[in-house]
Amino acid sequence: MMTKMPRILVVDDEAAMRQSLRDWLMEDDYEVDLASSGEDAISMARDRSWDIILLDLKMPGMDGLETMSRLKKVIPEAEILMMTAYGSIDTAVQAMKEGAFDYLVKPFDPDEIDMLIKKIVAHKELVLENILLRKKLAERHQYDEIIGKGDAMQGVFDLISRVAPTDSTVLITGESGTGKELIAQAIHGNSNRCYMPFIAVSCGALPDSLLESELFGYEKGAFTGAENSKKGRFEMANKGTLFLDEIGDISLKTQVDLLRVLQQRELIRLGSEEVIKIDVRILAATNRDLQKAIKENRFREDLYYRLNVISIHVPPLRERKEDIPLLVKAFIEKYCLELNKEVVKIAPSALKLLLGYEWPGNVRELENVIERALVIGSGKEIVQEDLPFSRKEVEPSALPKSLRMMEKLHIERILDESDWNISLAARELDIDRQTLYNKIEKYQIRRGQA
Amino acid sequence: MSNCITICPIGVVEENFLARISKCIEKHHDLVCKISPGMEKPNYAYDERRGQYNSKLILKHLIKCCPQDTLRFIGVTHVDLYVPILKFVFGLAQMEGQCAVISIHRLRPQFYNLPPDPDLLVARVEKTVLHELGHSLGLTHCRDRRCVMYSSTRIEDTDFKRSDYCPTCFELFRWRLDKCLTNANP
Repeated sequence: MMTKMPRILVVDDEAAMRQSLRDWLMEDDYEVDLASSGEDAISMARDRSWDIILLDLKMPGMDGLETMSRLKKVIPEAEILMMTAYGSIDTAVQAMKEGAFDYLVKPFDPDEIDMLIKKIVAHKELVLENILLRKKLAERHQYDEIIGKGDAMQGVFDLISRVAPTDSTVLITGESGTGKELIAQAIHGNSNRCYMPFIAVSCGALPDSLLESELFGYEKGAFTGAENSKKGRFEMANKGTLFLDEIGDISLKTQVDLLRVLQQRELIRLGSEEVIKIDVRILAATNRDLQKAIKENRFREDLYYRLNVISIHVPPLRERKEDIPLLVKAFIEKYCLELNKEVVKIAPSALKLLLGYEWPGNVRELENVIERALVIGSGKEIVQEDLPFSRKEVEPSALPKSLRMMEKLHIERILDESDWNISLAARELDIDRQTLYNKIEKYQIRRGQA
Repeated sequence: MSNCITICPIGVVEENFLARISKCIEKHHDLVCKISPGMEKPNYAYDERRGQYNSKLILKHLIKCCPQDTLRFIGVTHVDLYVPILKFVFGLAQMEGQCAVISIHRLRPQFYNLPPDPDLLVARVEKTVLHELGHSLGLTHCRDRRCVMYSSTRIEDTDFKRSDYCPTCFELFRWRLDKCLTNANP
């Protein structure tokens, strides 16, 4: 939860330096880890990654240059800032030639370190934004109707039809892959705002500072790097609907901003004095237990009640298995059309297999399984062998020997299985989203590559 | 525990000056300010090589001496403060802790070769105290240059920002303060 702020590792053999740097960085809300030697840092890098590494040049044992070269192999995406004393500036310059982002002379000027870190963060945010945009471009259109004939989904449809014409805020809850965004689109599509914009924001996918700019916009010069004014999503959604996905992942600070906008129906762009009135219907979604987050002081109760005017819970697929045949049929039709194939059927034994599966990735996983079966299958019907559950164990000799390749393959497989739902895949892999984005970049994994 | 903020002079700090700071804080928030008896000049924290005082050691000392009946305990001193990794700091607070220390040294216009300006100095001290008070309530730096929680790495930053929290930080400040008071007086 809330691992969106850049993570920083400080490597220094002097405890006082490590600690004072950590305290300073934590005031900016960065997540900070400490290592007392190059060896420690390398050992920590086995199961953790960072966006920025502040590395002391002179340390007993493994020095800064060697540590940098070894860390770069494990976490190539991390930017390294060398820390040095006056006497070793030449070596620091050498470090820059070997890939360090910059160097700082101890003790630092507060202004200097602040500027450098902000520069790296801005650079990394741009890279992340690029990845997200590429991902968005690569995304196929979602199935545009919600399918379900069972009681559970009928209850959801009933609620949608009743809340859609109102302007009430709706909180949509449900596991990943249950189709919460489709529900939001259905509400918008059946509302009086249907001809106005429907703007969706995936709150969990963006770092806190980027989310703030995305939602509320900013004026030129509001912060370092704000070279032009920018409209926020609230303004873009004016007269329409704003869908805030993964609302349980936003920071306390953004929660306060959001609450104020919801209460006052007006906002001020960062760096501006001008109050902008907005007329936006809010739909929010989460797969998290917000009541628990409230108890743990991670989510504001007042915001929860503001969002949870009406709540719609989307049941997981395992609780509405009666809808599986209908969903399978719809996905087959959709993908046969997309793949320019004649519409195929599903063999009863294959359907039985689908009905017996628990579907942790819900409808999204089912859709993915059907698409895959249609791509790899060649017959006139989908058979058991076309489904991943019946996949034979891969021969150990066929597996790559390198740990790096194994990791790449595993990540590709999980991303594939979760249909590139980063949150879901990160959870499956038991790492945070940022680390997953870093690994996607590191291994140059692209959708459809697996 | 009350809603009282105790300001503690460390070394010689003019009394009327402290009174002005405490009035400023009381003016903005539902807090009561009191000035405690002063502490000795913090010679224990002096670093001869740097000619400055280690703010972390002063903070540790403040924690040891913190009165039980106060919400926050803020030391104000004329000496120049540093933390080992930085050339200087305007102040230092325990994140979500009770104590903080601020230095007037680099807030004085004379430090920048300008004539004394008591009003400007009080305004700067007020902003620095509110900033550290915010940290002590768990607030982190704000991106809005006008907010008192904006990170001042230069005196120009301090002069640019206002002597109050932006609406978001203010809301968080109140929220944290309420939680703090509720936890202390269930």
